[in-house]
Amino acid sequence: MSVEINVTGEVVTAYLKGEIDHHSAKEIRDNIDNAIELNMPTLLVLDFKDVGFMDSSGIGLVMGRYRNLVKSGAELHITGAPPQIYKILKLAGIEKLARLEER
Amino acid sequence: MKAENKFSMTVLSRSANESFARACISAFALQLDPNLEEINDIKTAVSEAVTNCIVHAYKEGIGKIYITAEIFESNIIRIKIRDKGCGIENIEKAMEPLYTTVGGERAGLGFAVMQSFTDKITVRSVVGKGTTVTLTKKISQRFGVNG
Repeated sequence: MSVEINVTGEVVTAYLKGEIDHHSAKEIRDNIDNAIELNMPTLLVLDFKDVGFMDSSGIGLVMGRYRNLVKSGAELHITGAPPQIYKILKLAGIEKLARLEER
Repeated sequence: MKAENKFSMTVLSRSANESFARACISAFALQLDPNLEEINDIKTAVSEAVTNCIVHAYKEGIGKIYITAEIFESNIIRIKIRDKGCGIENIEKAMEPLYTTVGGERAGLGFAVMQSFTDKITVRSVVGKGTTVTLTKKISQRFGVNG
Protein backbone atom coordinates (compact mmCIF):
# COMPACT_ATOMS: atom_id res chain seq x y z
CA MET A 1 0.00 0.00 0.00
CA SER A 2 1.24 3.47 -0.75
CA VAL A 3 -0.06 7.00 -1.03
CA GLU A 4 1.21 9.73 -3.31
CA ILE A 5 0.37 13.29 -2.33
CA ASN A 6 -0.01 16.10 -4.85
CA VAL A 7 -0.51 19.72 -3.79
CA THR A 8 -1.92 22.29 -6.22
CA GLY A 9 -2.80 25.64 -4.65
CA GLU A 10 -5.30 24.94 -1.89
CA VAL A 11 -6.08 21.41 -3.09
CA VAL A 12 -4.37 18.35 -1.66
CA THR A 13 -4.89 15.17 -3.68
CA ALA A 14 -3.96 11.80 -2.18
CA TYR A 15 -3.56 9.03 -4.76
CA LEU A 16 -4.09 5.77 -2.86
CA LYS A 17 -2.60 2.57 -4.24
CA GLY A 18 -2.90 -1.10 -3.23
CA GLU A 19 -5.08 -2.56 -0.48
CA ILE A 20 -6.59 -0.65 2.45
CA ASP A 21 -7.20 -2.64 5.61
CA HIS A 22 -6.54 -2.25 9.33
CA HIS A 23 -2.88 -3.19 8.74
CA SER A 24 -2.18 -0.55 6.08
CA ALA A 25 -4.56 2.23 7.19
CA LYS A 26 -2.26 3.79 9.80
CA GLU A 27 0.55 4.65 7.39
CA ILE A 28 -1.88 6.14 4.87
CA ARG A 29 -3.57 8.15 7.62
CA ASP A 30 -0.26 9.56 8.88
CA ASN A 31 0.82 10.59 5.36
CA ILE A 32 -2.46 12.34 4.59
CA ASP A 33 -2.63 14.05 7.98
CA ASN A 34 0.91 15.39 7.54
CA ALA A 35 -0.08 16.86 4.16
CA ILE A 36 -3.24 18.44 5.65
CA GLU A 37 -1.30 19.96 8.53
CA LEU A 38 1.42 21.32 6.25
CA ASN A 39 -0.78 22.71 3.47
CA MET A 40 -4.08 23.62 5.18
CA PRO A 41 -6.11 22.79 2.06
CA THR A 42 -9.66 23.96 1.35
CA LEU A 43 -10.24 20.70 -0.50
CA LEU A 44 -8.89 17.19 0.05
CA VAL A 45 -9.33 14.74 -2.83
CA LEU A 46 -8.93 11.04 -2.07
CA ASP A 47 -8.35 9.17 -5.32
CA PHE A 48 -9.23 5.45 -5.08
CA LYS A 49 -8.78 4.44 -8.71
CA ASP A 50 -5.69 2.31 -7.97
CA VAL A 51 -7.07 0.70 -4.81
CA GLY A 52 -7.65 -3.01 -5.33
CA PHE A 53 -9.32 -3.76 -2.01
CA MET A 54 -10.81 -1.92 0.92
CA ASP A 55 -12.69 -3.04 4.05
CA SER A 56 -14.32 -0.92 6.75
CA SER A 57 -10.88 0.26 7.92
CA GLY A 58 -11.02 2.49 4.82
CA ILE A 59 -14.33 3.93 6.03
CA GLY A 60 -12.64 4.82 9.31
CA LEU A 61 -9.85 6.45 7.31
CA VAL A 62 -12.30 8.57 5.27
CA MET A 63 -14.43 9.53 8.30
CA GLY A 64 -11.34 10.46 10.31
CA ARG A 65 -10.03 12.75 7.57
CA TYR A 66 -13.50 14.30 7.20
CA ARG A 67 -13.54 15.11 10.92
CA ASN A 68 -10.14 16.79 10.61
CA LEU A 69 -11.20 18.82 7.58
CA VAL A 70 -14.54 20.14 8.84
CA LYS A 71 -12.77 21.87 11.73
CA SER A 72 -11.25 24.27 9.18
CA GLY A 73 -14.27 24.35 6.88
CA ALA A 74 -12.51 22.35 4.15
CA GLU A 75 -14.24 19.88 1.84
CA LEU A 76 -13.64 16.26 0.95
CA HIS A 77 -14.05 14.64 -2.46
CA ILE A 78 -13.69 10.95 -3.24
CA THR A 79 -12.91 10.05 -6.82
CA GLY A 80 -12.28 6.94 -8.88
CA ALA A 81 -13.87 4.48 -6.44
CA PRO A 82 -13.95 1.00 -8.05
CA PRO A 83 -17.32 -0.85 -7.71
CA GLN A 84 -16.41 -2.87 -4.57
CA ILE A 85 -15.10 0.24 -2.83
CA TYR A 86 -18.05 2.36 -3.99
CA LYS A 87 -20.39 -0.29 -2.53
CA ILE A 88 -18.76 -0.14 0.91
CA LEU A 89 -18.57 3.68 0.90
CA LYS A 90 -22.31 3.82 0.07
CA LEU A 91 -23.07 1.30 2.83
CA ALA A 92 -21.42 3.68 5.28
CA GLY A 93 -23.33 6.70 3.90
CA ILE A 94 -20.12 8.54 2.99
CA GLU A 95 -21.98 10.47 0.25
CA LYS A 96 -23.57 12.50 3.06
CA LEU A 97 -20.13 13.76 4.10
CA ALA A 98 -18.26 14.01 0.83
CA ARG A 99 -18.76 14.20 -2.91
CA LEU A 100 -18.48 10.59 -4.05
CA GLU A 101 -17.62 9.56 -7.59
CA GLU A 102 -17.45 6.01 -8.90
CA ARG A 103 -14.67 4.97 -11.30
CA MET B 1 -25.28 -31.22 5.19
CA LYS B 2 -21.94 -32.77 4.25
CA ALA B 3 -19.16 -30.57 2.91
CA GLU B 4 -17.84 -31.43 -0.55
CA ASN B 5 -14.55 -29.74 0.16
CA LYS B 6 -12.92 -28.22 3.20
CA PHE B 7 -9.97 -26.01 4.02
CA SER B 8 -8.57 -25.04 7.41
CA MET B 9 -5.87 -22.69 8.51
CA THR B 10 -4.61 -21.13 11.71
CA VAL B 11 -2.90 -17.76 11.81
CA LEU B 12 -1.59 -15.57 14.57
CA SER B 13 -3.55 -12.39 15.28
CA ARG B 14 -1.00 -10.17 13.58
CA SER B 15 -2.41 -7.49 11.28
CA ALA B 16 -0.16 -8.64 8.41
CA ASN B 17 -2.32 -11.80 8.34
CA GLU B 18 -5.49 -9.87 7.40
CA SER B 19 -4.53 -9.78 3.72
CA PHE B 20 -3.09 -13.32 3.85
CA ALA B 21 -6.31 -14.81 5.29
CA ARG B 22 -8.66 -13.11 2.83
CA ALA B 23 -6.41 -14.09 -0.09
CA CYS B 24 -6.40 -17.76 1.01
CA ILE B 25 -10.17 -17.97 1.49
CA SER B 26 -10.93 -16.19 -1.78
CA ALA B 27 -8.52 -18.54 -3.60
CA PHE B 28 -10.37 -21.54 -2.08
CA ALA B 29 -13.73 -20.02 -3.15
CA LEU B 30 -12.55 -19.77 -6.77
CA GLN B 31 -13.55 -23.40 -7.42
CA LEU B 32 -17.19 -22.20 -7.21
CA ASP B 33 -16.51 -19.91 -10.17
CA PRO B 34 -17.68 -16.72 -8.44
CA ASN B 35 -17.95 -13.45 -10.33
CA LEU B 36 -15.74 -10.51 -9.38
CA GLU B 37 -18.34 -8.97 -7.09
CA GLU B 38 -18.88 -12.23 -5.20
CA ILE B 39 -15.16 -12.82 -4.71
CA ASN B 40 -14.74 -9.25 -3.46
CA ASP B 41 -17.68 -9.72 -1.08
CA ILE B 42 -16.02 -12.82 0.40
CA LYS B 43 -12.65 -11.07 0.72
CA THR B 44 -14.24 -8.09 2.44
CA ALA B 45 -16.34 -10.13 4.90
CA VAL B 46 -13.35 -12.33 5.84
CA SER B 47 -11.16 -9.27 6.29
CA GLU B 48 -13.72 -7.77 8.69
CA ALA B 49 -14.00 -10.95 10.76
CA VAL B 50 -10.22 -11.45 10.99
CA THR B 51 -9.69 -7.78 11.87
CA ASN B 52 -12.24 -8.13 14.68
CA CYS B 53 -10.17 -10.97 16.16
CA ILE B 54 -7.05 -8.81 16.06
CA VAL B 55 -8.56 -5.52 17.25
CA HIS B 56 -11.10 -6.86 19.77
CA ALA B 57 -10.66 -10.53 20.73
CA TYR B 58 -6.89 -10.38 21.25
CA LYS B 59 -6.55 -6.68 22.06
CA GLU B 60 -4.25 -7.53 24.97
CA GLY B 61 -1.80 -9.60 22.94
CA ILE B 62 -1.34 -12.19 20.23
CA GLY B 63 -3.53 -15.27 19.90
CA LYS B 64 -4.55 -17.80 17.32
CA ILE B 65 -7.30 -17.32 14.73
CA TYR B 66 -8.85 -20.56 13.44
CA ILE B 67 -10.35 -20.30 9.96
CA THR B 68 -12.31 -23.01 8.17
CA ALA B 69 -13.99 -22.81 4.79
CA GLU B 70 -16.38 -25.49 3.53
CA ILE B 71 -18.05 -25.90 0.18
CA PHE B 72 -21.48 -27.50 -0.05
CA GLU B 73 -23.77 -28.62 -2.82
CA SER B 74 -25.72 -25.83 -4.56
CA ASN B 75 -22.62 -23.61 -4.66
CA ILE B 76 -22.64 -22.57 -1.02
CA ILE B 77 -19.52 -21.57 0.88
CA ARG B 78 -19.46 -21.43 4.67
CA ILE B 79 -16.55 -19.74 6.43
CA LYS B 80 -15.93 -19.99 10.17
CA ILE B 81 -13.59 -17.57 11.90
CA ARG B 82 -12.95 -18.50 15.52
CA ASP B 83 -10.83 -17.01 18.26
CA LYS B 84 -10.14 -17.84 21.88
CA GLY B 85 -10.08 -14.20 22.92
CA CYS B 86 -12.08 -12.04 25.31
CA GLY B 87 -15.53 -12.77 23.86
CA ILE B 88 -18.39 -10.35 23.22
CA GLU B 89 -20.56 -9.31 26.15
CA ASN B 90 -23.52 -8.09 24.12
CA ILE B 91 -23.62 -9.49 20.58
CA GLU B 92 -26.73 -7.54 19.59
CA LYS B 93 -25.08 -4.26 20.60
CA ALA B 94 -21.79 -5.22 18.91
CA MET B 95 -23.66 -5.79 15.66
CA GLU B 96 -25.28 -2.36 15.63
CA PRO B 97 -23.87 -0.20 12.83
CA LEU B 98 -21.40 2.46 14.02
CA TYR B 99 -21.07 0.84 17.48
CA THR B 100 -17.45 0.41 18.49
CA THR B 101 -15.72 -0.15 21.79
CA VAL B 102 -12.24 0.84 20.67
CA GLY B 103 -12.96 4.33 19.27
CA GLY B 104 -10.09 5.91 17.36
CA GLU B 105 -10.55 5.36 13.67
CA ARG B 106 -12.62 2.16 13.78
CA ALA B 107 -15.87 2.91 11.98
CA GLY B 108 -17.91 0.33 13.87
CA LEU B 109 -19.13 -1.15 10.60
CA GLY B 110 -17.43 -4.56 10.63
CA PHE B 111 -20.57 -6.61 11.31
CA ALA B 112 -22.70 -4.38 9.05
CA VAL B 113 -20.31 -5.10 6.18
CA MET B 114 -20.30 -8.86 6.94
CA GLN B 115 -24.11 -8.85 7.01
CA SER B 116 -24.39 -6.89 3.82
CA PHE B 117 -21.77 -8.84 1.85
CA THR B 118 -22.87 -12.38 2.76
CA ASP B 119 -26.24 -14.19 2.85
CA LYS B 120 -26.09 -15.19 6.50
CA ILE B 121 -23.96 -14.45 9.54
CA THR B 122 -24.13 -16.12 12.93
CA VAL B 123 -22.10 -15.03 15.93
CA ARG B 124 -21.55 -17.19 18.98
CA SER B 125 -19.53 -15.85 21.85
CA VAL B 126 -18.71 -16.65 25.45
CA VAL B 127 -17.04 -13.93 27.52
CA GLY B 128 -13.54 -15.01 28.43
CA LYS B 129 -13.64 -18.00 26.07
CA GLY B 130 -13.89 -16.62 22.55
CA THR B 131 -16.05 -15.95 19.54
CA THR B 132 -17.04 -17.84 16.40
CA VAL B 133 -18.35 -15.95 13.39
CA THR B 134 -19.90 -18.06 10.63
CA LEU B 135 -20.42 -16.50 7.22
CA THR B 136 -22.48 -18.23 4.55
CA LYS B 137 -22.73 -17.17 0.94
CA LYS B 138 -24.33 -18.73 -2.11
CA ILE B 139 -22.36 -18.22 -5.28
CA SER B 140 -24.44 -17.71 -8.41
CA GLN B 141 -24.17 -20.46 -10.99
CA ARG B 142 -23.28 -18.72 -14.18
CA PHE B 143 -23.51 -21.75 -16.42
CA GLY B 144 -25.98 -24.60 -16.78
CA VAL B 145 -25.42 -27.87 -14.93
CA ASN B 146 -23.81 -29.32 -18.03
CA GLY B 147 -21.32 -26.47 -18.13
